[in-house]
Amino acid sequence: MPDEQSRKAKSGRLLDIRNLRIEATTYPPGEPPKTITLVHDVSLTLERGKVLGLIGESGAGKSTIGLASMGYGRGGCRIIGGEVVLNGRDILKGGRSGLRKLRGREVCYVAQSAAAAFNPAHQLMDQVVEASLLHGTAKRAAAEKRAVELFRKLGLPDPENIGKRYPHQVSGGQLQRVMTAMALCSEPDLIVFDEPTTALDVTTQIDVLAAIRDAIRDTGVAALYITHDLAVVAQVADEIMVLRHGRLVEWGDTRQIIKEPRQEYTNALVSVHEIEHQEKKAADTPFLSVKNVTAAYGQGTVKVLKNVSVDIHSGQTLAVVGESGSGKSTLARAITGLLPPMEGSITFGGKKLSNALSARSKEDLRQLQMVYQMADVAMNPRQPISTIIGRPLEFYFGMKGAERDRRVAELLDKIEMGKGFADRYPAELSGGQKQRVCIARALAAKPKLIICDEVTSALDPLVANGILKLLLELQAEEGVAYLFITHDLATVRSIADSIAVMYRGEVVRYGSKSEVLAPPFDPYTDLLLSSVPEMEIGWLDKAIASRRMESAGN
Amino acid sequence: MSSPILKLIVQRVALGIVLLFAVSLLIFVGTEILPGDVAQSILGQTATPQALAALREELGLNDPAYVRYLRWLGGVLSGDLGTALTSGHDIASSISDRLANTLFLAACAAVVAVPLAILLGLLAVRYRNGPVDKAISAFALASTSFPEFFIGYLLVFFFAVKWQFFPAISTVFDGMSFIDRLHAVALPATALTLVVLAHMMRMTRAAILNVMQSAYIETAELKGLRPLEVIRKHAFPNAIAPVVNVVMLNLAYLIVGVVVVEVIFVYPGMGQYLVDHVAKRDVPVVQAVGLIFAAVYILLNIVADISAILANPRLRHPK
Amino acid sequence: MLDIKRIPLGAWIGLILTSLFLICAIFAPWLAPYGNGEIVGDVWGPMTSTNLLGTDNLGRDLLSRMIYGARITIFIAVLATALAFSLGSILGFTAAVVGGWFDSLMSRFVDLLMSIPTLIFALVVLSVLPANILTLILVMGILDSTRVYRLSRAVAVDINVMDFVEAAKLRGEGRGWIIFREILPNALSPLVSELGLRFIYAVLFLSALSFLGLGVQPPSADWGGMVKENKDGIVFGIPAALIPAGAIAALAISVNLVADWILNRTTDLKGGRGNA
Repeated sequence: MPDEQSRKAKSGRLLDIRNLRIEATTYPPGEPPKTITLVHDVSLTLERGKVLGLIGESGAGKSTIGLASMGYGRGGCRIIGGEVVLNGRDILKGGRSGLRKLRGREVCYVAQSAAAAFNPAHQLMDQVVEASLLHGTAKRAAAEKRAVELFRKLGLPDPENIGKRYPHQVSGGQLQRVMTAMALCSEPDLIVFDEPTTALDVTTQIDVLAAIRDAIRDTGVAALYITHDLAVVAQVADEIMVLRHGRLVEWGDTRQIIKEPRQEYTNALVSVHEIEHQEKKAADTPFLSVKNVTAAYGQGTVKVLKNVSVDIHSGQTLAVVGESGSGKSTLARAITGLLPPMEGSITFGGKKLSNALSARSKEDLRQLQMVYQMADVAMNPRQPISTIIGRPLEFYFGMKGAERDRRVAELLDKIEMGKGFADRYPAELSGGQKQRVCIARALAAKPKLIICDEVTSALDPLVANGILKLLLELQAEEGVAYLFITHDLATVRSIADSIAVMYRGEVVRYGSKSEVLAPPFDPYTDLLLSSVPEMEIGWLDKAIASRRMESAGN
Repeated sequence: MSSPILKLIVQRVALGIVLLFAVSLLIFVGTEILPGDVAQSILGQTATPQALAALREELGLNDPAYVRYLRWLGGVLSGDLGTALTSGHDIASSISDRLANTLFLAACAAVVAVPLAILLGLLAVRYRNGPVDKAISAFALASTSFPEFFIGYLLVFFFAVKWQFFPAISTVFDGMSFIDRLHAVALPATALTLVVLAHMMRMTRAAILNVMQSAYIETAELKGLRPLEVIRKHAFPNAIAPVVNVVMLNLAYLIVGVVVVEVIFVYPGMGQYLVDHVAKRDVPVVQAVGLIFAAVYILLNIVADISAILANPRLRHPK
Repeated sequence: MLDIKRIPLGAWIGLILTSLFLICAIFAPWLAPYGNGEIVGDVWGPMTSTNLLGTDNLGRDLLSRMIYGARITIFIAVLATALAFSLGSILGFTAAVVGGWFDSLMSRFVDLLMSIPTLIFALVVLSVLPANILTLILVMGILDSTRVYRLSRAVAVDINVMDFVEAAKLRGEGRGWIIFREILPNALSPLVSELGLRFIYAVLFLSALSFLGLGVQPPSADWGGMVKENKDGIVFGIPAALIPAGAIAALAISVNLVADWILNRTTDLKGGRGNA
């Protein structure tokens, strides 16, 4: 058992991980099992009441390290070396019963998806107080009282009664707060936050982030805060540790990491959003204009686009920004004809475009290409890259044989991939390469407009950055216009010439980039702009203080 | 009980009733419109045209098909299943004993198979990818590939002929004691159990595995709960619905197995009765028994769906 | 390409046994030591060097009957499976891509057919139809096509909503390209392994019907029919009926092993090289 004296102490070393080494065995189909090392000799220490941010791209091993502090290996991960010293003893030597005693008592866990992490069969309160009752830290009445206090502190509506609800009766942002309350309820020494706000919309994220930050500060609990977003972790962490491929890159206090990064990789992460993009002036006549378009699903019962009008100019980028459910992707579907508008019209190069896809000419279809969010499923897994890029050439221009192969090689060159990729299959490419191939496929048709639907949101920040730079280069070379759909305002700054902000199916603000991003703002744009985390210490407090509108998630 | 759940159940039952009527129509169409003539089959190939015509008139075969269907359906709804062509006996009264026998046999098999399948399914999940799991899935592969009569005759060959523990032919009669009855059905019930066990076990394993891999199970483990507590408090409430569903679907599967098993052991049940009369081309009997089998099957499917509805917390506690 | 060294043991056993059965079926008249109906000895004679598996209930050579039985069993099962597959997959794919009333009508009708256990429905229909091999193939094929329909429709619906199919539609591709070049290559692997399972089901189904006396009619016999012919010997301790029954089990297991192996190799939608 840990020494009660040291547990009560407010300062001193809480967690000391030394030379942690974690392995996992994977079972690729049709191949012998492989053992891979996920974490290579990582060490860290955490003082009581402090917050350490673990940051890195996917595959950096950050969640694996976080869970190791509870002696837990997810999905076949094994801790094969090193020590995890918590409250003065190595928990890896305490056996299973030792681990069970500390889980939920000394260390608690907050998962990325609270919706999946709560048991659908039980009321929230039963799950929140479960660990306290199990470890005997409080009697039921006392634990429930504490839970209600925590609900109130975390800004949940109706804190007295929300515990009687079931998980599916509560929204995602609220569940994430309930999960934080659950972790705090048994008064642990350490909480592991594993991407707690990543799945939330940007305006909801800021509230949950503030609630978590305040709860950590007021209860004096220590935390490991895991995320891929440096701007987010800068708001809550005292120190930041940067990880890559399971190895330590850099570890320092928050100010040093974001202001004076010492490693090149850290520097790249810090400056990820700083693409300078000069706004282009709009020409007199747009080549594509959407006029008063209204569209709906299910025979007009659910209107998802209401009277939307936007223009796109040749060789320029219109960014459409909004949160989930704002109708931004529906706008793309209406323009492409997949969801024919009920009212309004779309004109292209001066003539009206047929509403329905089936009525459009091959030439119209060629001019309008699309790149999807999930490059994985946007390419036929059974076709090699040469077919994926070559098919539009064959289909629109009748290119065959050597001529086609030459053009495919040219296009691969344009997206900064060698012609050696031509006979590979999508499964053999990385996420960024897949998205590049999708861009090449769109480009192959020599279109006037490419619709980019959240093309960077499934990618790691550095890879996403590369894609944005590529898109800008291609625009300069080919003069292609983009309709760029995104929820991420930072991306918009890097790429847009004009911006349309959408909210609940309507365009609430529209104009050139400089106009849209300059005050005075309408309330929603203000909320949206103020919710985008900035790489700056103290940003969260300023943002909360200056908000005028409640976020949509509440 | 909240209203949306009641509405769903009423909908499901109504759908079942509609389905049952559609099935009755299908069975009727399948036996009446296809070539073949009941009068011909009664009187045989040598019958005179006059005799045939007279019998057709008597049986009402000259009426249009829909009239005959409605007459048959009306009879079925009032409990009159018609008369067997071959024996002239009332079908309903010949069936009642046999139905009881079949249900007894099926119940015996179910009583053994259901707990065993759940237990083996749990074991397979507990020792996932280990030797126990592999052995269980090898057994499942074998058992789904074995025809019913292979299992049946293996049992007869060893347990009835070589070692003489049980009778090879399952004779049951009125006034038999319960123990004697159990002894008589031991082998057919075992055969039937083996027939459904593999399926039920495989599906139970999949259902439980699905629950055990949910994120909320990890949450419970990270609270420090003991493995048994995790299963009892967190896995079990969510596993009931899929497991009950699996069990019901497999009980429906039992009634197919029962046909062959009854023939193997010459057991006086519905399956044996059906097969005999198919061979004799006794259409009214085939229609009636086919409808009863279909009804039981549909009923079990309804029960499976309703249990899934009842166990779903999203439906039990609507927003 | 297929790496022979990586084929697991189970799949090897399955492949070898399946080929063995197929060879028996194809070359039956050349392999069988005696004619199919030739009486060569006593009723239920023991296994000897001239009658390797002994003789049957009429004194015919059991091994020869088994080899001819393999031919009938596999012939009917293959044709029924082929019918079930072509009917089910064509209708299933069409329903998924066309949608609308055709899809609703077909799907409701299949629901109806599947609400009666297959064996029961087959018995009902066989009570009025003439007993011959064509009837058997048609009844088995049509009833089993419902399952193929459900599977191929479900697979095609899943693929049809994926972004790469949408991309092809936006490009302006015709229905033919979408079905044959985009959907079919990705639907193939679940369908191929289903093919194995449907074949097993057809063998078991045919055997059950013949065992009940409603399948292949004497004097020719498939394995199920041979079980029926010899079943009365069981109570006298004569295992002749167990041999054809065991052969059915062995055939089913070996095809199952092959199907399992194919399924394991191709469950992913990753595609690319080396997959079927």
